[in-house]
Amino acid sequence: MFYGFTPASRLMLGTAGYPSPALLRDAIAASGAGIITLSLRREGGEGAGFRDLLRASGCRLLPNTAGCHSAAEAITTARMARELLGTGWIKLEVIGHADSLQPDPFALLEAARVLCAEGFEVFPYMTEDLILGERLVEAGCRVLMPWGAPIGSGQGLRHAEALRAMRAHFPDVPLVIDAGIGAPSQAMRAMEMGFDAVLLNTAVARALDPVGMARAFGQAVEAGRLAHEAGLMPPRDMAVPSTPVLGMARLG
Amino acid sequence: MQIDLNGEGIATGAGTLAELLCERCFDADSVATALDGVFVPRPLRAVTPLHPGARVEVLSPMQGG
Repeated sequence: MFYGFTPASRLMLGTAGYPSPALLRDAIAASGAGIITLSLRREGGEGAGFRDLLRASGCRLLPNTAGCHSAAEAITTARMARELLGTGWIKLEVIGHADSLQPDPFALLEAARVLCAEGFEVFPYMTEDLILGERLVEAGCRVLMPWGAPIGSGQGLRHAEALRAMRAHFPDVPLVIDAGIGAPSQAMRAMEMGFDAVLLNTAVARALDPVGMARAFGQAVEAGRLAHEAGLMPPRDMAVPSTPVLGMARLG
Repeated sequence: MQIDLNGEGIATGAGTLAELLCERCFDADSVATALDGVFVPRPLRAVTPLHPGARVEVLSPMQGG
């Protein structure tokens, strides 16, 4: 599904902002996630414990370029991540606006071209623009990650119809909704729409009970996928009785 | 010489990136390095000289979304 790797769960979980390392560890386990994200930051001596936690999770690691505002910064970060973690996977974020954290599509494409040519397996964090998606695929991306809503906003699928069009436009490219998911129902909706996976962080990390919320998201993602595979009924404008009229008694 | 290490100005006697990591007690196998915004792979640290005003970044995996 993702560059030849099929995770046990279609939920990807971020590792930032948890109240404690123990809660992070338990939330990863409760979510069932097979892929977790991480960043590269200045080593201040507390890195060893986190590295142990990553190893113990048993999850496939997806390093990000969070916070990078230029293609050059993101490319350097990706190269550093590959050496550190021994993986060519990179969640490519190039932020265009400090306030909205909206990805910069031009710098994203520039960085994706360089990294794909260097053999990286790029997961680009992008807007739901179809042309951008096509260019990223041409550059060598085999996964696309459109945003649901701005990072950390919890607004859900802000442009649901555009995302639906994107799903239809790229039937054979794995699509992951990345960012903006605030509630399990929103994750489930994305899965019902046929997205291949959901990546989220804040909704679990900032929940009153992160472990319970992680479990809720794991189940929502699974239910949404099952619903998609089972085929949802088309909506209708008018009521249609579900109980047969045939054989009904005349009692009036 | 004066350099910038992870955003802080420091005085160092190290001549190369590898010597700097040793001087500052970093676990060299657990970090990735960049000099002036350019990635320096592990095998090149010992042959990468520092210069006054160099901007060195020493990074490791941390929490992220």
